[in-house]
Amino acid sequence: MDFNDEGSHFELKEIQTLSGHTDRVWSLAWNPATGTDDTQPVIASCSGDKTVRIWERSALTRSWDCKAVLEETHTRTVRSCTWSPSGKLLATASFDATTAIWENVGGDFQCVSTLEGHENEVKSVSWNASESLLATCSRDKTVWIWEVMPGNEFECASVLQGHTQDVKMVKWHPTMDILFSCSYDNTIKVWAEDDTGDWHCIQTIGESSNGHSSTVWAISFNAEGDKMVTCSDDLTLKVWEADIEGMRSGDDQVLWKHISTLTGYHDRTIFSVHWSREGIIASGAADDAIRFFVESKDSAVDGPSYRLLLKKEKAHDMDVNVVQWSPGENRVLASASDDGTIKIWELATNST
Amino acid sequence: MVSGLINANPVVYEKKERRQRPASISDADEYSAEAIDQLEVDIKDPEHPYSLEELKVISEDAIEVDDRRSYVRVTFTPTVEHCSMATVIGLCLRVKLMRSLPSRYKVDIRVAPGTHATEAAVNKQLNDKERIAAALENPNLVDMVDECLAPSYA
Repeated sequence: MDFNDEGSHFELKEIQTLSGHTDRVWSLAWNPATGTDDTQPVIASCSGDKTVRIWERSALTRSWDCKAVLEETHTRTVRSCTWSPSGKLLATASFDATTAIWENVGGDFQCVSTLEGHENEVKSVSWNASESLLATCSRDKTVWIWEVMPGNEFECASVLQGHTQDVKMVKWHPTMDILFSCSYDNTIKVWAEDDTGDWHCIQTIGESSNGHSSTVWAISFNAEGDKMVTCSDDLTLKVWEADIEGMRSGDDQVLWKHISTLTGYHDRTIFSVHWSREGIIASGAADDAIRFFVESKDSAVDGPSYRLLLKKEKAHDMDVNVVQWSPGENRVLASASDDGTIKIWELATNST
Repeated sequence: MVSGLINANPVVYEKKERRQRPASISDADEYSAEAIDQLEVDIKDPEHPYSLEELKVISEDAIEVDDRRSYVRVTFTPTVEHCSMATVIGLCLRVKLMRSLPSRYKVDIRVAPGTHATEAAVNKQLNDKERIAAALENPNLVDMVDECLAPSYA
Protein backbone atom coordinates (compact mmCIF):
# COMPACT_ATOMS: atom_id res chain seq x y z
CA MET A 1 0.00 0.00 0.00
CA ASP A 2 1.51 3.23 -1.08
CA PHE A 3 0.88 6.01 1.44
CA ASN A 4 1.48 8.55 -1.24
CA ASP A 5 -1.26 7.22 -3.48
CA GLU A 6 -3.38 10.27 -4.26
CA GLY A 7 -6.58 8.31 -4.04
CA SER A 8 -6.03 7.06 -0.51
CA HIS A 9 -7.96 8.64 2.28
CA PHE A 10 -7.04 7.54 5.78
CA GLU A 11 -9.17 7.53 8.89
CA LEU A 12 -8.61 6.28 12.42
CA LYS A 13 -11.50 4.08 13.44
CA GLU A 14 -12.18 3.48 17.10
CA ILE A 15 -12.59 -0.24 17.75
CA GLN A 16 -13.10 -0.23 21.50
CA THR A 17 -12.51 1.77 24.70
CA LEU A 18 -11.09 -0.17 27.65
CA SER A 19 -12.16 1.27 31.00
CA GLY A 20 -11.27 0.11 34.46
CA HIS A 21 -8.29 2.03 35.73
CA THR A 22 -9.25 4.61 38.35
CA ASP A 23 -6.49 7.08 37.55
CA ARG A 24 -4.53 8.14 34.47
CA VAL A 25 -3.07 5.36 32.33
CA TRP A 26 0.61 6.10 31.77
CA SER A 27 1.63 3.29 29.47
CA LEU A 28 0.70 0.03 27.82
CA ALA A 29 2.37 -2.86 26.01
CA TRP A 30 1.13 -5.47 23.57
CA ASN A 31 2.29 -8.97 24.43
CA PRO A 32 4.58 -9.79 21.47
CA ALA A 33 3.81 -13.52 21.58
CA THR A 34 0.09 -12.99 21.13
CA GLY A 35 -2.25 -11.65 18.51
CA THR A 36 -0.96 -13.81 15.69
CA ASP A 37 -2.46 -16.99 14.23
CA ASP A 38 -4.54 -18.63 16.94
CA THR A 39 -3.55 -16.61 20.00
CA GLN A 40 -5.71 -13.72 21.05
CA PRO A 41 -4.05 -10.32 21.51
CA VAL A 42 -3.10 -9.33 25.05
CA ILE A 43 -2.26 -5.87 26.40
CA ALA A 44 -0.78 -4.85 29.74
CA SER A 45 -1.51 -1.30 30.98
CA CYS A 46 -0.23 0.59 34.01
CA SER A 47 -1.65 3.49 35.93
CA GLY A 48 -1.52 6.17 38.59
CA ASP A 49 -3.92 3.91 40.49
CA LYS A 50 -0.86 1.76 41.35
CA THR A 51 -2.11 -1.25 39.40
CA VAL A 52 -1.33 -3.03 36.18
CA ARG A 53 -4.22 -4.45 34.17
CA ILE A 54 -4.05 -7.32 31.69
CA TRP A 55 -6.55 -7.16 28.84
CA GLU A 56 -7.33 -9.87 26.32
CA ARG A 57 -9.55 -9.91 23.29
CA SER A 58 -12.09 -12.73 23.31
CA ALA A 59 -11.83 -15.13 20.38
CA LEU A 60 -15.59 -15.51 20.40
CA THR A 61 -16.89 -11.97 20.78
CA ARG A 62 -13.78 -10.12 19.49
CA SER A 63 -14.32 -7.84 22.44
CA TRP A 64 -11.60 -6.91 24.92
CA ASP A 65 -12.00 -7.84 28.58
CA CYS A 66 -9.88 -7.21 31.62
CA LYS A 67 -8.38 -10.55 32.60
CA ALA A 68 -6.40 -9.54 35.63
CA VAL A 69 -5.59 -6.64 37.92
CA LEU A 70 -2.08 -6.76 39.35
CA GLU A 71 -2.36 -4.88 42.61
CA GLU A 72 -0.91 -4.71 46.09
CA THR A 73 2.64 -4.82 44.85
CA HIS A 74 3.60 -1.35 43.78
CA THR A 75 2.92 1.28 46.43
CA ARG A 76 2.91 4.22 44.04
CA THR A 77 2.14 5.03 40.40
CA VAL A 78 3.18 2.33 37.93
CA ARG A 79 4.79 4.36 35.17
CA SER A 80 5.72 1.84 32.54
CA CYS A 81 5.30 -1.81 31.63
CA THR A 82 6.90 -4.02 29.04
CA TRP A 83 6.75 -7.70 28.10
CA SER A 84 9.86 -9.78 27.52
CA PRO A 85 10.34 -10.68 23.82
CA SER A 86 9.04 -14.22 24.44
CA GLY A 87 5.96 -12.78 26.14
CA LYS A 88 6.55 -14.89 29.25
CA LEU A 89 7.50 -12.12 31.65
CA LEU A 90 6.19 -8.61 32.30
CA ALA A 91 8.36 -5.92 33.84
CA THR A 92 6.70 -2.95 35.56
CA ALA A 93 8.47 0.24 36.64
CA SER A 94 7.09 2.35 39.47
CA PHE A 95 7.44 5.68 41.26
CA ASP A 96 7.98 3.53 44.38
CA ALA A 97 11.57 3.12 43.11
CA THR A 98 11.21 -0.57 42.30
CA THR A 99 10.79 -2.62 39.14
CA ALA A 100 8.65 -5.74 39.46
CA ILE A 101 8.90 -8.84 37.28
CA TRP A 102 5.69 -10.82 36.78
CA GLU A 103 5.13 -14.28 35.41
CA ASN A 104 1.90 -15.78 34.17
CA VAL A 105 1.56 -18.98 36.21
CA GLY A 106 -1.47 -20.81 34.91
CA GLY A 107 -3.50 -17.70 34.19
CA ASP A 108 -2.46 -16.05 37.43
CA PHE A 109 0.12 -13.29 37.36
CA GLN A 110 2.64 -13.53 40.17
CA CYS A 111 5.39 -11.14 41.09
CA VAL A 112 8.49 -13.33 40.88
CA SER A 113 11.12 -10.69 41.49
CA THR A 114 11.53 -7.10 42.66
CA LEU A 115 14.48 -5.03 41.47
CA GLU A 116 15.62 -2.42 43.95
CA GLY A 117 18.40 0.07 43.80
CA HIS A 118 17.18 3.27 42.22
CA GLU A 119 17.02 6.16 44.67
CA ASN A 120 13.68 7.43 43.51
CA GLU A 121 11.00 7.05 40.82
CA VAL A 122 11.73 4.47 38.11
CA LYS A 123 10.41 5.83 34.82
CA SER A 124 11.00 3.12 32.22
CA VAL A 125 12.12 -0.47 31.69
CA SER A 126 13.25 -2.30 28.55
CA TRP A 127 14.28 -5.88 27.64
CA ASN A 128 16.97 -6.53 25.03
CA ALA A 129 16.12 -8.73 22.02
CA SER A 130 17.65 -11.91 23.41
CA GLU A 131 16.00 -11.42 26.80
CA SER A 132 19.38 -11.64 28.55
CA LEU A 133 19.39 -8.04 29.77
CA LEU A 134 16.97 -5.57 31.30
CA ALA A 135 17.50 -1.81 31.57
CA THR A 136 15.77 0.64 33.92
CA CYS A 137 16.07 4.40 34.38
CA SER A 138 15.05 6.88 37.02
CA ARG A 139 14.73 10.47 38.24
CA ASP A 140 17.96 9.68 40.09
CA LYS A 141 19.67 10.36 36.70
CA THR A 142 21.01 6.83 36.31
CA VAL A 143 20.38 3.95 33.97
CA TRP A 144 20.80 0.44 35.41
CA ILE A 145 21.54 -2.67 33.38
CA TRP A 146 20.47 -5.97 34.91
CA GLU A 147 21.50 -9.46 33.82
CA VAL A 148 18.74 -12.02 33.66
CA MET A 149 19.87 -15.14 35.50
CA PRO A 150 18.21 -18.54 35.71
CA GLY A 151 15.31 -18.89 38.11
CA ASN A 152 14.07 -15.32 37.57
CA GLU A 153 17.07 -13.86 39.35
CA PHE A 154 18.33 -10.46 38.28
CA GLU A 155 21.79 -9.14 38.96
CA CYS A 156 22.82 -5.54 38.51
CA ALA A 157 25.53 -5.50 35.84
CA SER A 158 26.10 -1.77 35.65
CA VAL A 159 24.94 1.61 36.93
CA LEU A 160 25.34 4.12 34.14
CA GLN A 161 25.91 7.73 35.08
CA GLY A 162 26.05 10.55 32.62
CA HIS A 163 22.65 12.14 32.32
CA THR A 164 22.46 15.34 34.34
CA GLN A 165 18.75 15.07 34.99
CA ASP A 166 15.76 12.73 35.28
CA VAL A 167 15.95 9.91 32.68
CA LYS A 168 12.57 9.47 31.04
CA MET A 169 12.94 6.35 28.91
CA VAL A 170 15.32 3.52 28.07
CA LYS A 171 15.07 1.41 24.94
CA TRP A 172 17.28 -1.37 23.63
CA HIS A 173 18.07 -1.42 19.92
CA PRO A 174 15.73 -4.00 18.24
CA THR A 175 18.55 -6.32 17.18
CA MET A 176 21.78 -5.31 18.90
CA ASP A 177 22.80 -4.95 22.52
CA ILE A 178 23.06 -1.19 22.32
CA LEU A 179 21.02 0.82 24.81
CA PHE A 180 19.41 4.22 24.28
CA SER A 181 18.17 6.60 26.95
CA CYS A 182 16.49 9.99 26.78
CA SER A 183 16.16 12.61 29.45
CA TYR A 184 14.86 15.83 31.06
CA ASP A 185 18.41 17.08 30.30
CA ASN A 186 17.32 17.29 26.63
CA THR A 187 19.77 14.65 25.41
CA ILE A 188 19.69 11.12 24.06
CA LYS A 189 22.54 8.86 25.10
CA VAL A 190 23.77 5.69 23.42
CA TRP A 191 25.41 3.03 25.61
CA ALA A 192 27.44 -0.02 24.57
CA GLU A 193 29.61 -2.67 26.17
CA ASP A 194 33.31 -2.82 25.42
CA ASP A 195 35.53 -5.89 25.19
CA THR A 196 36.17 -5.92 28.92
CA GLY A 197 32.43 -6.02 29.65
CA ASP A 198 32.16 -2.41 30.79
CA TRP A 199 29.24 -0.32 29.67
CA HIS A 200 29.87 3.27 28.69
CA CYS A 201 28.27 6.09 26.78
CA ILE A 202 29.40 6.03 23.14
CA GLN A 203 27.36 9.01 22.00
CA THR A 204 25.41 11.92 23.48
CA ILE A 205 22.97 13.59 21.13
CA GLY A 206 22.44 17.13 22.37
CA GLU A 207 21.33 20.44 20.97
CA SER A 208 24.63 20.98 19.18
CA SER A 209 24.05 17.82 17.12
CA ASN A 210 20.66 19.10 15.95
CA GLY A 211 19.11 17.55 19.06
CA HIS A 212 16.10 18.55 21.09
CA SER A 213 15.83 21.78 23.05
CA SER A 214 13.71 20.40 25.86
CA THR A 215 12.88 17.11 27.63
CA VAL A 216 13.01 14.09 25.32
CA TRP A 217 10.15 11.80 26.30
CA ALA A 218 10.44 8.75 24.03
CA ILE A 219 12.46 6.83 21.43
CA SER A 220 11.30 4.36 18.81
CA PHE A 221 13.15 2.39 16.14
CA ASN A 222 12.03 1.45 12.64
CA ALA A 223 11.78 -2.24 11.75
CA GLU A 224 15.23 -2.38 10.16
CA GLY A 225 16.87 -0.75 13.17
CA ASP A 226 18.79 1.78 11.12
CA LYS A 227 16.57 4.73 12.01
CA MET A 228 15.03 6.04 15.19
CA VAL A 229 12.50 8.74 15.97
CA THR A 230 12.40 10.76 19.21
CA CYS A 231 9.72 13.06 20.60
CA SER A 232 10.03 15.99 22.94
CA ASP A 233 8.57 18.78 25.04
CA ASP A 234 10.13 21.07 22.40
CA LEU A 235 7.12 20.11 20.21
CA THR A 236 9.14 18.31 17.54
CA LEU A 237 9.80 14.77 16.38
CA LYS A 238 13.32 14.10 15.20
CA VAL A 239 14.46 11.26 12.98
CA TRP A 240 17.98 9.87 13.24
CA GLU A 241 19.94 7.40 11.15
CA ALA A 242 23.01 5.24 11.65
CA ASP A 243 25.14 2.92 9.57
CA ILE A 244 23.70 -0.45 10.56
CA GLU A 245 26.48 -2.53 9.01
CA GLY A 246 29.03 -0.55 10.94
CA MET A 247 27.09 -1.16 14.15
CA ARG A 248 26.91 -4.90 13.44
CA SER A 249 30.62 -5.16 13.02
CA GLY A 250 30.95 -3.71 16.49
CA ASP A 251 32.29 -0.37 15.39
CA ASP A 252 31.99 1.92 18.40
CA GLN A 253 32.60 4.96 16.27
CA VAL A 254 29.28 4.61 14.43
CA LEU A 255 27.26 7.71 15.18
CA TRP A 256 23.59 8.49 14.91
CA LYS A 257 23.00 11.46 12.65
CA HIS A 258 20.04 13.79 12.41
CA ILE A 259 18.11 13.38 9.17
CA SER A 260 14.83 15.18 9.78
CA THR A 261 12.91 17.37 12.24
CA LEU A 262 9.10 17.38 12.09
CA THR A 263 8.15 20.80 13.35
CA GLY A 264 4.92 22.81 13.36
CA TYR A 265 2.65 19.78 13.74
CA HIS A 266 2.32 19.70 17.53
CA ASP A 267 1.52 22.58 19.88
CA ARG A 268 1.83 20.73 23.17
CA THR A 269 4.28 18.23 24.61
CA ILE A 270 4.62 14.97 22.65
CA PHE A 271 4.77 12.12 25.17
CA SER A 272 4.98 9.10 22.95
CA VAL A 273 6.09 8.02 19.51
CA HIS A 274 6.05 4.56 17.90
CA TRP A 275 7.28 3.43 14.49
CA SER A 276 5.23 0.65 12.88
CA ARG A 277 6.66 -2.30 10.93
CA GLU A 278 5.31 -0.68 7.77
CA GLY A 279 6.98 2.63 8.44
CA ILE A 280 4.12 4.71 9.87
CA ILE A 281 5.17 6.90 12.80
CA ALA A 282 2.41 7.45 15.37
CA SER A 283 2.63 10.20 18.01
CA GLY A 284 0.59 10.83 21.16
CA ALA A 285 0.53 14.32 22.62
CA ALA A 286 -0.76 16.56 25.40
CA ASP A 287 -3.36 18.10 23.08
CA ASP A 288 -5.37 14.84 23.21
CA ALA A 289 -4.51 14.03 19.60
CA ILE A 290 -2.82 11.15 17.78
CA ARG A 291 -0.90 11.94 14.61
CA PHE A 292 0.55 9.72 11.88
CA PHE A 293 3.57 10.51 9.71
CA VAL A 294 5.11 8.69 6.75
CA GLU A 295 8.16 9.19 4.63
CA SER A 296 7.37 11.54 1.82
CA LYS A 297 8.01 10.47 -1.76
CA ASP A 298 9.14 14.01 -2.39
CA SER A 299 12.30 13.08 -0.55
CA ALA A 300 15.01 14.98 -2.32
CA VAL A 301 18.67 14.22 -2.80
CA ASP A 302 19.55 15.53 0.66
CA GLY A 303 17.67 12.81 2.49
CA PRO A 304 14.19 11.62 3.38
CA SER A 305 11.47 13.94 4.58
CA TYR A 306 8.29 13.07 6.37
CA ARG A 307 4.75 14.30 5.99
CA LEU A 308 1.62 14.21 8.12
CA LEU A 309 -0.66 11.40 7.00
CA LEU A 310 -3.49 11.99 9.47
CA LYS A 311 -4.32 13.90 12.64
CA LYS A 312 -6.96 12.47 14.94
CA GLU A 313 -8.11 15.31 17.18
CA LYS A 314 -9.74 14.51 20.50
CA ALA A 315 -8.61 10.88 20.26
CA HIS A 316 -9.02 11.01 24.04
CA ASP A 317 -10.62 13.52 26.44
CA MET A 318 -7.23 14.31 27.98
CA ASP A 319 -3.51 13.99 27.25
CA VAL A 320 -2.44 10.94 25.25
CA ASN A 321 0.43 9.36 27.19
CA VAL A 322 1.26 6.42 24.98
CA VAL A 323 0.68 5.05 21.46
CA GLN A 324 1.72 1.51 20.52
CA TRP A 325 1.21 -0.38 17.28
CA SER A 326 0.02 -3.98 17.53
CA PRO A 327 2.83 -6.44 16.76
CA GLY A 328 0.34 -8.88 15.28
CA GLU A 329 -2.27 -7.13 13.22
CA ASN A 330 -1.52 -4.54 10.60
CA ARG A 331 -2.52 -0.95 11.25
CA VAL A 332 -4.00 -1.62 14.69
CA LEU A 333 -2.95 0.82 17.39
CA ALA A 334 -3.55 1.13 21.12
CA SER A 335 -3.41 4.43 23.01
CA ALA A 336 -3.82 5.39 26.67
CA SER A 337 -4.60 8.67 28.35
CA ASP A 338 -4.91 10.82 31.47
CA ASP A 339 -8.64 10.22 31.02
CA GLY A 340 -8.10 6.72 32.47
CA THR A 341 -8.94 4.83 29.31
CA ILE A 342 -7.18 2.74 26.69
CA LYS A 343 -8.46 2.82 23.15
CA ILE A 344 -7.94 0.31 20.36
CA TRP A 345 -7.91 1.81 16.87
CA GLU A 346 -7.61 0.73 13.27
CA LEU A 347 -5.97 2.95 10.71
CA ALA A 348 -8.20 2.28 7.74
CA THR A 349 -8.20 3.50 4.18
CA ASN A 350 -11.02 4.48 1.90
CA SER A 351 -9.55 4.50 -1.57
CA THR A 352 -11.59 6.79 -3.77
CA MET B 1 13.38 22.76 54.44
CA VAL B 2 15.10 26.06 55.19
CA SER B 3 14.95 27.04 58.86
CA GLY B 4 14.48 30.77 58.32
CA LEU B 5 11.80 32.36 56.18
CA ILE B 6 12.81 33.23 52.63
CA ASN B 7 11.06 36.54 52.85
CA ALA B 8 10.57 37.59 56.46
CA ASN B 9 9.12 41.02 55.73
CA PRO B 10 6.83 40.87 52.72
CA VAL B 11 5.16 43.93 51.32
CA VAL B 12 1.42 43.53 51.82
CA TYR B 13 -0.93 45.14 49.32
CA GLU B 14 -4.59 45.98 49.67
CA LYS B 15 -7.03 43.34 48.50
CA LYS B 16 -9.02 44.27 45.43
CA GLU B 17 -12.78 44.78 45.86
CA ARG B 18 -14.43 41.55 44.83
CA ARG B 19 -17.90 40.89 43.56
CA GLN B 20 -19.84 37.92 44.98
CA ARG B 21 -18.30 34.57 44.17
CA PRO B 22 -20.68 32.47 42.03
CA ALA B 23 -22.33 29.58 43.87
CA SER B 24 -20.40 26.90 42.09
CA ILE B 25 -17.45 27.55 39.82
CA SER B 26 -17.49 24.04 38.44
CA ASP B 27 -21.04 24.47 37.18
CA ALA B 28 -20.12 27.43 35.07
CA ASP B 29 -20.12 26.67 31.36
CA GLU B 30 -17.67 29.36 30.59
CA TYR B 31 -14.62 30.52 32.39
CA SER B 32 -13.09 33.95 32.40
CA ALA B 33 -10.01 35.43 33.94
CA GLU B 34 -12.14 36.92 36.77
CA ALA B 35 -13.69 33.56 37.56
CA ILE B 36 -10.34 31.86 37.73
CA ASP B 37 -8.85 34.71 39.69
CA GLN B 38 -11.55 34.28 42.31
CA LEU B 39 -10.26 30.77 42.76
CA GLU B 40 -6.75 32.07 43.26
CA VAL B 41 -7.32 34.91 45.72
CA ASP B 42 -7.47 32.81 48.81
CA ILE B 43 -4.36 30.71 48.24
CA LYS B 44 -2.13 31.33 51.22
CA ASP B 45 1.52 32.07 50.82
CA PRO B 46 3.52 29.12 52.21
CA GLU B 47 5.40 31.38 54.61
CA HIS B 48 2.89 34.00 55.78
CA PRO B 49 -0.76 34.27 56.71
CA TYR B 50 -1.47 36.47 53.70
CA SER B 51 -2.98 35.41 50.44
CA LEU B 52 -0.97 35.32 47.25
CA GLU B 53 -3.08 38.18 45.99
CA GLU B 54 -2.25 40.37 48.99
CA LEU B 55 1.42 39.74 48.36
CA LYS B 56 0.95 40.58 44.68
CA VAL B 57 2.28 37.16 43.75
CA ILE B 58 -0.72 36.64 41.52
CA SER B 59 -3.17 39.13 40.03
CA GLU B 60 -6.06 39.00 37.61
CA ASP B 61 -3.96 40.42 34.80
CA ALA B 62 -1.61 37.50 35.02
CA ILE B 63 -4.25 34.94 34.20
CA GLU B 64 -4.93 34.30 30.53
CA VAL B 65 -7.99 32.22 29.75
CA ASP B 66 -9.26 30.90 26.47
CA ASP B 67 -12.37 28.98 27.39
CA ARG B 68 -13.13 27.99 23.83
CA ARG B 69 -9.75 26.30 23.57
CA SER B 70 -9.88 25.11 27.18
CA TYR B 71 -6.61 26.79 27.96
CA VAL B 72 -5.29 28.74 30.94
CA ARG B 73 -1.92 30.30 31.49
CA VAL B 74 -1.04 31.67 34.89
CA THR B 75 1.97 33.91 35.39
CA PHE B 76 3.02 34.53 38.97
CA THR B 77 5.62 36.75 40.56
CA PRO B 78 7.57 35.38 43.50
CA THR B 79 8.17 38.07 46.12
CA VAL B 80 11.91 37.48 46.15
CA GLU B 81 14.11 36.72 43.14
CA HIS B 82 15.76 33.69 44.70
CA CYS B 83 12.58 32.40 46.23
CA SER B 84 12.90 28.65 46.67
CA MET B 85 9.19 28.58 47.47
CA ALA B 86 8.51 29.38 43.81
CA THR B 87 8.03 25.73 42.91
CA VAL B 88 5.70 25.22 45.90
CA ILE B 89 3.65 28.26 44.93
CA GLY B 90 3.49 27.04 41.36
CA LEU B 91 2.44 23.61 42.58
CA CYS B 92 -0.34 25.14 44.72
CA LEU B 93 -1.61 27.08 41.71
CA ARG B 94 -1.59 23.95 39.61
CA VAL B 95 -3.38 21.83 42.23
CA LYS B 96 -6.00 24.53 42.84
CA LEU B 97 -6.74 24.77 39.12
CA MET B 98 -6.74 20.99 38.74
CA ARG B 99 -9.33 20.64 41.50
CA SER B 100 -11.50 23.48 40.23
CA LEU B 101 -11.47 23.33 36.45
CA PRO B 102 -13.02 20.70 34.16
CA SER B 103 -10.56 18.04 33.01
CA ARG B 104 -10.62 19.36 29.44
CA TYR B 105 -8.48 22.32 30.52
CA LYS B 106 -4.79 22.60 29.64
CA VAL B 107 -2.88 24.64 32.19
CA ASP B 108 0.52 26.30 31.83
CA ILE B 109 2.10 27.91 34.88
CA ARG B 110 5.15 30.14 34.74
CA VAL B 111 6.99 32.74 36.77
CA ALA B 112 6.79 36.25 35.38
CA PRO B 113 9.75 36.76 33.05
CA GLY B 114 12.63 38.45 34.81
CA THR B 115 11.40 37.84 38.35
CA HIS B 116 13.31 34.74 39.31
CA ALA B 117 16.95 33.74 39.21
CA THR B 118 16.32 30.26 37.81
CA GLU B 119 13.16 31.07 35.85
CA ALA B 120 13.68 28.47 33.09
CA ALA B 121 14.41 25.70 35.58
CA VAL B 122 11.34 26.51 37.70
CA ASN B 123 9.07 26.76 34.65
CA LYS B 124 10.33 23.45 33.30
CA GLN B 125 9.60 21.66 36.58
CA LEU B 126 6.17 23.23 36.96
CA ASN B 127 5.12 22.10 33.49
CA ASP B 128 6.52 18.55 33.57
CA LYS B 129 3.39 16.49 34.19
CA GLU B 130 5.30 13.43 35.33
CA ARG B 131 7.34 15.40 37.90
CA ILE B 132 4.19 17.09 39.20
CA ALA B 133 2.45 13.69 39.53
CA ALA B 134 5.40 12.24 41.45
CA ALA B 135 5.60 15.31 43.69
CA LEU B 136 1.92 15.01 44.52
CA GLU B 137 2.54 11.47 45.76
CA ASN B 138 4.81 12.89 48.42
CA PRO B 139 2.66 13.22 51.57
CA ASN B 140 4.70 16.07 53.06
CA LEU B 141 4.36 18.13 49.91
CA VAL B 142 0.65 17.38 49.65
CA ASP B 143 0.15 18.50 53.27
CA MET B 144 1.91 21.76 52.54
CA VAL B 145 -0.18 22.34 49.42
CA ASP B 146 -3.43 21.50 51.26
CA GLU B 147 -2.45 23.92 54.02
CA CYS B 148 -2.00 26.71 51.46
CA LEU B 149 -5.27 25.89 49.76
CA ALA B 150 -7.34 25.33 52.92
CA PRO B 151 -9.14 28.69 53.29
CA SER B 152 -10.49 28.45 49.74
CA TYR B 153 -12.92 25.73 50.76
CA ALA B 154 -14.33 27.60 53.79
